[in-house]
Amino acid sequence: MSEVFERRLLTRDRGGRVLRKLWQIPWSFVLLLCALAAVGYVALYSAGGGAPEPYAAKHALRFAFGLVLMLSMALVDIRLIARFAWLAYAAGVALLVLVLVHGNVGKGAQRWIDIGPLQLQPSELMKILLVLALAAWFQRASWERVGNPLFLVLPTLLVLVPMGLILKQPNLGTALITGMVGAAVFFAAGVRLWKFALILGTAAVAAPIAYEHLHDYQRARITTFLDPESDPLGAGYNIIQSKIALGSGGVWGKGFLHGTQGHLNFLPEKQTDFIFTMLAEEFGLVGALTVLGLLMLAVGFCYLVALRCRHQFGRLLAVGLGTNFFLYIFVNVAMVTGSIPVGGVPLPLISHGGSAMLTTMLGFGLLLSVFVHRDAEFGPARD
Amino acid sequence: MSVRREEERRRSVFTRRALMLAAGQAALFGFLGSRLYRLQVVEGERYAMLAEENRISARLIPPPRGRVLDRNGAVVAGNQLNWRALLVAEQTQDVGATLETFSRIVPLTEQEVARIEREVRRRRRFVPVSVREFLSWEEMARIEVNAPDLPGILIDVGTTRHYPEAEHLAHIVGYVAPPAERDMDGDPLLELPGIRVGRAGIEKHHDQVLRGRAGAVQLEVNAVGRVIRELDRREGVPGQDVQISVDAGLQKAIRERIEEGTSVVVLDARSGEVLAMASQPSFDPNLFNAGISAQQWREWTRNRATPLINKATNGLYAPGSTFKMIVGLAALEARVATPGDRVFCPGYMDLGDTRFHCWQRRGHGNLDLRGALKHSCDVYFYEMAKRVGIDRIAAMANRFGLGVDLEIELPGTKRGLVPTRAWRQAQGKPWNLGDTVVHGIGQGFYQITPLQLATMAARLATGRAVQPHLTRSIGGRPVRGGRAEDWPLLGIPERDLRLVREGMWAVVNEEGGTARSSRLPAQFGVMAGKTGSVQVRRVSREQRERGFRVESMPREWRPHALFVAFAPYDNPLYACSVVVEHGMSGAIAAGPLARDALIETFTRLRTAPALPGSRMAEAPGAPRP
Repeated sequence: MSEVFERRLLTRDRGGRVLRKLWQIPWSFVLLLCALAAVGYVALYSAGGGAPEPYAAKHALRFAFGLVLMLSMALVDIRLIARFAWLAYAAGVALLVLVLVHGNVGKGAQRWIDIGPLQLQPSELMKILLVLALAAWFQRASWERVGNPLFLVLPTLLVLVPMGLILKQPNLGTALITGMVGAAVFFAAGVRLWKFALILGTAAVAAPIAYEHLHDYQRARITTFLDPESDPLGAGYNIIQSKIALGSGGVWGKGFLHGTQGHLNFLPEKQTDFIFTMLAEEFGLVGALTVLGLLMLAVGFCYLVALRCRHQFGRLLAVGLGTNFFLYIFVNVAMVTGSIPVGGVPLPLISHGGSAMLTTMLGFGLLLSVFVHRDAEFGPARD
Repeated sequence: MSVRREEERRRSVFTRRALMLAAGQAALFGFLGSRLYRLQVVEGERYAMLAEENRISARLIPPPRGRVLDRNGAVVAGNQLNWRALLVAEQTQDVGATLETFSRIVPLTEQEVARIEREVRRRRRFVPVSVREFLSWEEMARIEVNAPDLPGILIDVGTTRHYPEAEHLAHIVGYVAPPAERDMDGDPLLELPGIRVGRAGIEKHHDQVLRGRAGAVQLEVNAVGRVIRELDRREGVPGQDVQISVDAGLQKAIRERIEEGTSVVVLDARSGEVLAMASQPSFDPNLFNAGISAQQWREWTRNRATPLINKATNGLYAPGSTFKMIVGLAALEARVATPGDRVFCPGYMDLGDTRFHCWQRRGHGNLDLRGALKHSCDVYFYEMAKRVGIDRIAAMANRFGLGVDLEIELPGTKRGLVPTRAWRQAQGKPWNLGDTVVHGIGQGFYQITPLQLATMAARLATGRAVQPHLTRSIGGRPVRGGRAEDWPLLGIPERDLRLVREGMWAVVNEEGGTARSSRLPAQFGVMAGKTGSVQVRRVSREQRERGFRVESMPREWRPHALFVAFAPYDNPLYACSVVVEHGMSGAIAAGPLARDALIETFTRLRTAPALPGSRMAEAPGAPRP
C-alpha cells in the first residue's frame, strides 16, 4: 500500500485537504491553551518584578512558536506519524546518550544540550517519543496477544532503557514519571492487572535498596519531605516558604504584583518550579483553583480524543499524552503544596522554560493529529 | 468477522481502562484541590485572618561588608556608620507631597527627587528607598522634630565604606558604588537601600566574599506598618575580611616619593606577593560613596595623567633594554651563542642598507653576554636577535610573564603584547629581519606592564614561574603558600640564569655599569638590576646628524625611563620595577627610585640580612673582578 498511499497523500488535492483538516481542528481547545499561556504570561510578568523582561516576553514568543509547531503537527497524517514512531524513539534514545556524554550540568545533573539558542532537555522529549513507540507496538496487538508475557518483553525494554538513561543523569523525578507514563499506556492497552500488582510488589521490595544508591541531594529531598521542619534553612526551606506563600494568599490572594514572598525572593525559583505558588499567593485559592480547572480541562480533552478515536494507535497515544501532561501538573502542584518531595518539574504552559514549552506543544500537536485523523484506517490487529 | 469482534473487544477494554485512568487522575486533581483548600483556607486560617487587617512583611537584614586589611592587619577598607533618611512608599498617601515637605527641611535637588521617584516606581511599595544619606546631626534633629509632617520617612543607620588610606591604595583596593541595573544578579541583597558593590580592584574581584549573604526576617505587621511580632528569622552571613599582601606604610612611602606618570611595583620575589604597587596620580575612592558628581568624573577621565588608571597593571610600555636578559637567555637556550661568545660593537650594525645604532656612538668593542648586559650594548643584542629569531624570543618572554595574563586579582588588568611573526602576519603585514633586530633591544611593538616587568625580575631571581598576587587570606584562612617551592621551575638551566644575574649585578655594582649610582647602601646588601629607556618618538637620521639632544624635546615626546631589579643578589627576597614616563634615562630617573623603594622595603619588612660591613665589593657569587 505504501507507495500508492504516499503518492495520494502528497499530491491529491492538497490545498483542499489542508483546509478541510484545519476546519477539523478543535479551536476551542486551542483557545484553552492560549488562556493557559496567558496565565503563564501574567505570572511571569509578576515573577520578573512587574516587567515583561526577563521572563514573560520570552514566554509569549515561545508559545507563539509552539502554536505554529502544534498546528503544523496537527495536519500531518497520523499513519505517517505511526510509521516514523520507531525512528523518533531511536533518535530520542540517541539524544539521551548524547546528553550523558556532552550535556550541560545543572544542579549536579547532566540534563540538557545547547542547540544554538535553544536548550533541549532530551528527557522531556523522550516521554512523548516513548508513548509514540508503545502506541505503535500495541496498535497491532489483539487482546490475546497482549496477554502473552513474551509479547510484553520488548515494550518493557522500551520503557526501561530511557528510564535507566535518565536515572543516570541523575534525575530521579523524570525517570519515575517516564515509568508512570509507560505504565499508563500498558494499562490502557489491556495488560492484565495482576502483572501491575507484581511490578508494584517488586518495587516495594526494591525501594529501600534503591534508596541506598540515591544521590545525597535526592535523599535530602526525600527526608525533608518526610519532615520538612527538620532542616528549615536547608532543603526544607523551599517547601516551608512555598507553604507560607500559599497560606498567606488566602481565598482571594494578595493582589497582582503584591506577593511579598515572591517579590522578596523568599520563594526560590519562582519563575520555574514555584510559579504556581506565586500565582496562588497573588490570586488566592480562587485563582489557584481556576488555573487548576483550566489544566484539568486540557487533560480531560485528551481522554475525549482517545474515546472518539477509531484506531488503537490514536487511542493509546492520546491516553499516554494526557497522562504525561497530567503528571507534569500533578507532580508540580503536589510539590509546591508540600505533598511530595521537591523535584524540578515545571508547570506546563505556565513555567518559564523553552524545552518544556516545546515538548508540551509538540505533544498537543500529536494529540490534535489524532483528533483530526480519528477515523483513519489502520491495518487489523494480529494474533 | 473475527477481525471486527476482536476490534470491538479491544475497544471495550480500552474504553473501560481509559475511564479508570481518567477517574484516577480526576481524583488526584481533587486531592490537589483539597490540599490547596486546606493550606489556604483551613490550616492557613491565621494567614487568611492576617490578610484582612494585617500582613506578613518580609525584610532583609544587610550583612556588614567584609573589610580589606593590609599585610600587617591595618584596615585599608572598612565600614563607617551612615545616618540616612529612607522613604517607605506604602506608608504615605502622597510621595510627592512628602518629598516636598522633606526638601523644605533638608533641601533636595531636582535630580535627587527624580531618582527617588524612579526608584519608588521600580520597587515594591514596602521596600524603603534612600532619600538622603550622610545626614548631619543637625539635619537629623530637624527631620525628627518634623516627623509628624513626614509620613513614610524614617531615619536609620546604615554603613558606608571608608578607605583610611584614601588615594594611596585606591588602585589596588578599588572602590564601591551603588549597584546598577546590570549588577542585579538575583541576590535580593542588592535591592536594599544603601547597599554597595565593588566596582574595581579587590573590592570587585572579591565582591562575593566581601558582600556576604542577606539575612531576612518575616514580621507580622499591622496596617500602619508597626511590627507586631517576628515570625521567622533567617540569619545572614557577614562578609568575610580579605587580607592583601600590600604593606600600606610601604605603599604610602613609595607613593610620596614618586611623581606624576611614575609607577613602582615591589614583589616578594619568592612568593610573588605584591608588597607595593604605586601609580601616580591616583584618586580618592571615598568620593564614590555618595555617588560622585558628573563634574568630578569628567575631571578624572579627561585628565591626561589618567588618575583612575593603575599604570602598574594597565600602563603599556615597550620594555627597552630591560628586555635584554630575555634575548640573552633565548640565545643561550637556542645554542646560537655560548656564554663566552663575543660580538664586536663598532657603534652600529648594518643590515642591508639600514644602519642600526648602538646608544654608545663610539662603540663598545668586543663584548660577551655579561659585558653586553653591563654596558647595555645594543649591537650585541641586535646580533643575538638576528640569530635567534623573533618567535623564540617571544616564547622566552612569555615564560617570564611578559605579554601573558598573570591573573592578578585586579579586574581589567591588561595582558599586554609580545609580538610574534604570526601576530604580524595576522595584521596582513610581513615580519622583516629589521623588525627582529629592533625587537632585540626591547623596542617596537611590545606592550608590557610594570607588573609584568617586576614579575620578570622575580622570575630571573628565582628561576621559578612566580605568579604575582595580592590576596593573603580570606576570612582568616590563607589562600596561597608564601614559598618559592609553590611555583614550578621555569626549566632554564641554572648556569644560564646565573650568567644573566651576573650581568645584572655588574650593571649596578661594577665600574662602568649603567646604573652604578643606584647601588644600595652597604647595610642592605647588594642589588642587581637593569636600566632601560624607550623612545616615544622615532629619532630620524637627519636629526641625529644635526646633533640632536633628547632634552630639547617637548616633555611628552621624551623617552620613558625603566628599571628592573632584585635584591639581595645572593639570596633574592624582593623584586622591583620602576617606570617613569618621559623620564628620559633609566639610570638617572628610574634606578634611584628602585633603590629607594628597596631600601624602604628592607627597612619596613625587617628581613634585610643583618650583615655587618660592606659586602658590596666582595659579594659571594660576585665572580670576576
